[in-house]
Amino acid sequence: MSTRDGLRRPIALSFRQRLVAVNWGLVVVLFATVGIGFAMLYSISRGSTDTLVMKQMVRFAIGVGVLFAIALTDIRFFYRYAYSMYALALALLVVVEVAGRVGMGAQRWITVGTLNLQPSELMKIALLLALAKYFHGRSMEEVGQLRWLLTPLLLIAAPVALVLRQPDLGTATLLVMGGAVIFFMAGVRVWKFLIAGGAILVALPFAWQFLHDYQKNRIYTFFDPERDPLGAGYHIIQSKIALGSGGMFGKGFMQGTQSHLNFLPEKQTDFIFTVYAEEFGLIGGLFLLFLYFVIVGNGTVMALRINAQFGRLVAIGVTATFFIYLFINTAMVMGLIPIVGVPLPLVSYGGTAMVSILAGFGILISAHTHRDVRIPRRPDSPDF
Amino acid sequence: MARDGGRDKTFTRRALFLAGGQVALFGALAARLYYLQVLESDQYVILADDNRISLRLLAPPRGRIVDRFGVDLANSQQNYRVVLIPEQTRSVETTLARLAEMIDIPEHDRRRILREVRRMRGYAPVTISENLSWEQFARINIQSLDLPGIQPDVGETRAYPKASAFAHVIGYVAPVAEEDKSLNNDDALLQLPGFRIGKSGVEKVYDQKLRGKAGSSRVEVNAYGRVIRELTRRDGQPGEMVQLTLDAGLQEYAVERMGEESGGLAVMDIHDGDLLALVSNPGFDPTAFNVGLTRAEWTALVQHPRNPLVNKAIAGQYPPGSTFKLVVALAALESGLVAPEHRVFCPGFMDLGDHRFHCWKKEGHGHIEFTRGIEQSCDVFFYDLGRKLGPDRIAAMARKFGFGGKLQVDQTGEKDGLIPTRDWKLAVTGVPWQHGESLNTAIGQGYVLTTPLQLCVMAARIANGGQFVAPRLFRDRAPVSGSAPESLGVSAAAIKFVQNAMFGVCNRPHGTGFKARIKEPALLMAGKTGTSQVRRITKAERLAGKKIKDENKPWHERDHAVFVGYAPVNAPRFAAATVIEHGGAGSQAAAPLIRDVLRLAQLRNPPGGMPGESFASLPAAKREG
Repeated sequence: MSTRDGLRRPIALSFRQRLVAVNWGLVVVLFATVGIGFAMLYSISRGSTDTLVMKQMVRFAIGVGVLFAIALTDIRFFYRYAYSMYALALALLVVVEVAGRVGMGAQRWITVGTLNLQPSELMKIALLLALAKYFHGRSMEEVGQLRWLLTPLLLIAAPVALVLRQPDLGTATLLVMGGAVIFFMAGVRVWKFLIAGGAILVALPFAWQFLHDYQKNRIYTFFDPERDPLGAGYHIIQSKIALGSGGMFGKGFMQGTQSHLNFLPEKQTDFIFTVYAEEFGLIGGLFLLFLYFVIVGNGTVMALRINAQFGRLVAIGVTATFFIYLFINTAMVMGLIPIVGVPLPLVSYGGTAMVSILAGFGILISAHTHRDVRIPRRPDSPDF
Repeated sequence: MARDGGRDKTFTRRALFLAGGQVALFGALAARLYYLQVLESDQYVILADDNRISLRLLAPPRGRIVDRFGVDLANSQQNYRVVLIPEQTRSVETTLARLAEMIDIPEHDRRRILREVRRMRGYAPVTISENLSWEQFARINIQSLDLPGIQPDVGETRAYPKASAFAHVIGYVAPVAEEDKSLNNDDALLQLPGFRIGKSGVEKVYDQKLRGKAGSSRVEVNAYGRVIRELTRRDGQPGEMVQLTLDAGLQEYAVERMGEESGGLAVMDIHDGDLLALVSNPGFDPTAFNVGLTRAEWTALVQHPRNPLVNKAIAGQYPPGSTFKLVVALAALESGLVAPEHRVFCPGFMDLGDHRFHCWKKEGHGHIEFTRGIEQSCDVFFYDLGRKLGPDRIAAMARKFGFGGKLQVDQTGEKDGLIPTRDWKLAVTGVPWQHGESLNTAIGQGYVLTTPLQLCVMAARIANGGQFVAPRLFRDRAPVSGSAPESLGVSAAAIKFVQNAMFGVCNRPHGTGFKARIKEPALLMAGKTGTSQVRRITKAERLAGKKIKDENKPWHERDHAVFVGYAPVNAPRFAAATVIEHGGAGSQAAAPLIRDVLRLAQLRNPPGGMPGESFASLPAAKREG
């Protein structure tokens, strides 16, 4: 540890130091990915910037502000208020349950002024923070004991239960997976995951009964898309046709026939990757995957460089959640997994997701900038 | 101050593990993308084009059918309809329910639609409702954006301005049946929803000509089936117009004149074979077949005692009765066995073996010579000829005059009729020909069966001096005989002899058709009456003296009234024949009808120059007692 001690940075960094410490390479790649999203929205609107592109740019602007506001904030701020933020997000989820307006058949939004706020997006970050803070305070010994895991399990279960009631299976899954990543990285024994996995498998047939018909259909459809080619199977069949017909080099920017002729559903949100890969082909698709790979790789490397457990858990959590997002979305449009309503991070049209993802990267950057800052495990504890 | 070293190690190890998993999954995504976009690409390119480009058939307008003057007998009218493309709907049931709020969809239609949806492939449109009013059509047009899969459509429907008067000869169109598709599966038009093809009559015979060639339009469509733009368009070929030899006015008159009577009638040009009228009464409404008959309507048509569905002019086979004596007379004159001066004593009957053959005139004609035998239609005279000639000579002559086989007129369902011979009798019944049967044959009874058209052809071939002529309906069709008139091989003297007798039938006071003569000297008619027995008068009835008067019999047991004639006598142009089913005596029920028809035919088609619409006023279409 002596070498690290030698390189340890001062307790408080100046604004300039924080600015310099930002991983600008990562920021450039993030923005490039967002740029691809703009281009695709432009294509979907048939060369108009009036609606989709403008709105998305405004959201991006807000997101960039949030990103830097967070990235330049001391990580200890988030450590200190992790539980408060979690409590706030949870409270908002309850509000959504009570007063949220109904959109797309599911209650997910809360209207604050003119903004539609999606508390479940907020919760994704708040949960990571809360779990990271919790495990930051646990020793390896404690992590190995089951009783210390009850609290974090409850931290996960509460929002998941609320989100499931909306109902939003996709977000619930993401929350569970994000939580599981924190558990795993915090050192929870592998056999416990195996047991939990086994328990889920056993519980699946029972859970099946609680699924909505459309959710059951999506799963049926995954196994046999031709079952109902104009109903539930329609999306995936059309998506595969669009991707496949794009070929190696694609049909060219704004030349995607399947998406422009409305064969493709929800093309500006969940199926935007299809639009992109139809127009830019395998080359374009691989390029976007490469950008994502660079982002995820950067996030992982940054997480590995962070000393404080809190920071690195949040960092790896953000990175892994981001990866889960992009994997579920791309695998879904390629027909590898059932249709789940998960947007393509940074590219899909949608405000809250864009802002929350950029906020997540803000925390990642902040955690990385303050990688050597000591965070006591408990108040008055010498351990960090 | 202490760091938890185990925690660092665990974190690093597990982060690398996680990263490894992520790299593997990235690899899986890239591999899947490669699989879809390179390995399987060709297949998806085809699917994408299928998705995008839809080939739509354009139905050509069906050709008109007009009469010799250009009067429409069949044409096309706009048909507002709505079709459903099953694959573009979320739920056919829901869509139909919503549509039912705007138009009436009867339960049996709903079932038919659902049945067709199940049977057909999803992209093939299914007709929901046709012949909508403009208001209904407009309402659906406005709402169709909210009704995916519903397409308002302007089709065409076949209309028959002259309705039932031409129902048999023109025929009708009806939706394509499965067997039609297998017969001519090369034409994609048959797959079109609501497409109709000719099912009988001229509509069927000239279907290919009338149908035209399908055009096609390649259109780019979006997922909702809305046309984005047309890529290419190949216009079809509209169906050709078919001009028939018929004279609509004459035929309508004949139908009106026949009134309630059931029977067939034909009028033809004796030189070129042009059929001016080909009537079967009663008719039916051809439009009903186009729209679709209900089971009750169909049953009513099939079980109607007067068989409206049978084209009696070509498919009604009747004993010709005394009109057949013309053929027997020619056979006798040509055989050399009988001289024109031949005389017979008619006591009112002739005994042959133990059987007595009666003349229609109970008291007999006394001594009667050949011409009068025809003019007064003496049965005993022709019994004598029949006994001398035997069936085969009569049959040979009958065939020359168009009996015993189809005339190949452009119609559906034409029948052969029947002219008996010794061989035929033996082959069919296994019993040799009996002498008595020659006697029955000689008066057009017994086995002899003819159609009204065959009778008309006989009259035409006598009228034109024994030349071959075949009836035709289609003007552009070359005369069947070829260019030059072809002689039937009957001596001019014999023909002249029979023509003279036919003149006498109508124009000499003792003739059976004198009462029904045409009085204008320029339009005079020659002819021959016939009254064909439907039911054999039993010996017991005769002996008991109980011969029931024909008009007192039930309708279906009454005699058929037959008449053949031609006009004008000095330069014959038109021949006509009719059989009025159970109409009673030919002189009363059939002769006046043919007189009026032949008179009108001459007036409407003056000799020389093109026939025009201007003609003398129609004789009043009233029945004569």
